[in-house]
Amino acid sequence: MSVIVDYYNYWIVVFLMMAGFYVVISANNLVKKVVGLNIFQTSVFMLYISMGKVSGGTAPIIIEGVTQYSNPLPHVLILTAIVVGVATTAVGLSLVIRIKHAYGTVEENEFQNEDDAI
Amino acid sequence: MTEVLIDLVLLGMLAMTALRVIFLKDLFAVVMLFSIFSFVSALIFINLDAVDVAFTEAAVGAGISTVLMLGTIALTGRTEKKNSHSSILHLVVVCVTGAALIYGTMDMPPFGNADNPIHQHVAPRYIEDSPKEVGLPNIVTSVLASYRGFDTLGETVVVFAAMIGVLSLLGTARPTNKRATPESGLAKHRVLHVVAKIIIPFIILFALYVQFHGDYGPGGGFQAGVIAAAALILYALVFGASFAHRIVSPRQLEVFAPLGVLLYASVGLVGMIKGANFLDYNVLASTAAAGQHYGIIIIELGVGLTVFAAMLGLFYAFSNQVERSNVQ
Repeated sequence: MSVIVDYYNYWIVVFLMMAGFYVVISANNLVKKVVGLNIFQTSVFMLYISMGKVSGGTAPIIIEGVTQYSNPLPHVLILTAIVVGVATTAVGLSLVIRIKHAYGTVEENEFQNEDDAI
Repeated sequence: MTEVLIDLVLLGMLAMTALRVIFLKDLFAVVMLFSIFSFVSALIFINLDAVDVAFTEAAVGAGISTVLMLGTIALTGRTEKKNSHSSILHLVVVCVTGAALIYGTMDMPPFGNADNPIHQHVAPRYIEDSPKEVGLPNIVTSVLASYRGFDTLGETVVVFAAMIGVLSLLGTARPTNKRATPESGLAKHRVLHVVAKIIIPFIILFALYVQFHGDYGPGGGFQAGVIAAAALILYALVFGASFAHRIVSPRQLEVFAPLGVLLYASVGLVGMIKGANFLDYNVLASTAAAGQHYGIIIIELGVGLTVFAAMLGLFYAFSNQVERSNVQ
């Protein structure tokens, strides 16, 4: 039981990461690929936050009488990463829209065929 | 023990959601599941004591990302076409990588142990000294805005750069000359109108609270900027983009975004002029504690302004594309 509790978070992180990875490499549709990338990204966030957790600790906001806090450093890194993440996702999605304008499709194999024809 | 149980259940739900995303072909459902995925991960972040992160994930992942993705599938089509090639090879690659990573986790220190290496080096200093050195109860804000201020400046610039990228790819939303008319698809839904009108002021009030209370509780410029943008996005979705343009026009956003970055960087320059390092707030006022306070309030304002302008600017660019394709 304790082995499961000790590593469960990391295993789920690996599972999510692989789920995202699978979507990225196997999906043909570019929007779905972006969703896959986002799942991959969230798994990394989950890894950092899991590592920062201290059992019996509390959120890193100073309160009288509390001595055990979770690690604030991963929180800072991930907080900004989330906002940067949505900004880069938006850039990716606008590239998808431009591809749709240029090729009339967002299925990877279809516009690759068109590229090969040229 | 309850914490552990909640963790087990929520992470299980997260894994299920991710698994479902793989097999669904309906992209609308995929995007909705992704929104749920973000909400569940925000809950997990709360359970893991990362309240600031949870806040951001709920506003960004479940709110803004979802709206942007919906805008994209409105333009590119709702269903994914059937996969022609076999995915056995992909599955093998993923399984092998996953097995290697699981093997790697066996060397990880056990979850939640206070003796883990990560808790031994920088973090104790932040926890013990930041109340004295920076003087704020929220350690995350102290680290974000003061100790790692240089980092945060970089991230604000990245958000600004992403906005420039999207605007140059999709073109800026031109202010419409015609009088604002309710053209949105939701124009006929009276219930939505009434509910939106009631909650939008509270969302904006909450954004301001989060902006200025971020030193003491969870929150700060990043979250406040996203929440304020969400209020206007809701307005634009329910009443139509031309109404939202009358409140904050795309042109104004193009001023706000760089203004926030400049505000942030100029705090650093003022410190340099006063003879200290870039982004050293101690010299901004007569005492170090007061200087830290002024510095953090101003840079959080800069962050909030840039994030607000970038998020709303991204939405305007996407909604403008959708509107144009509807006209054609």
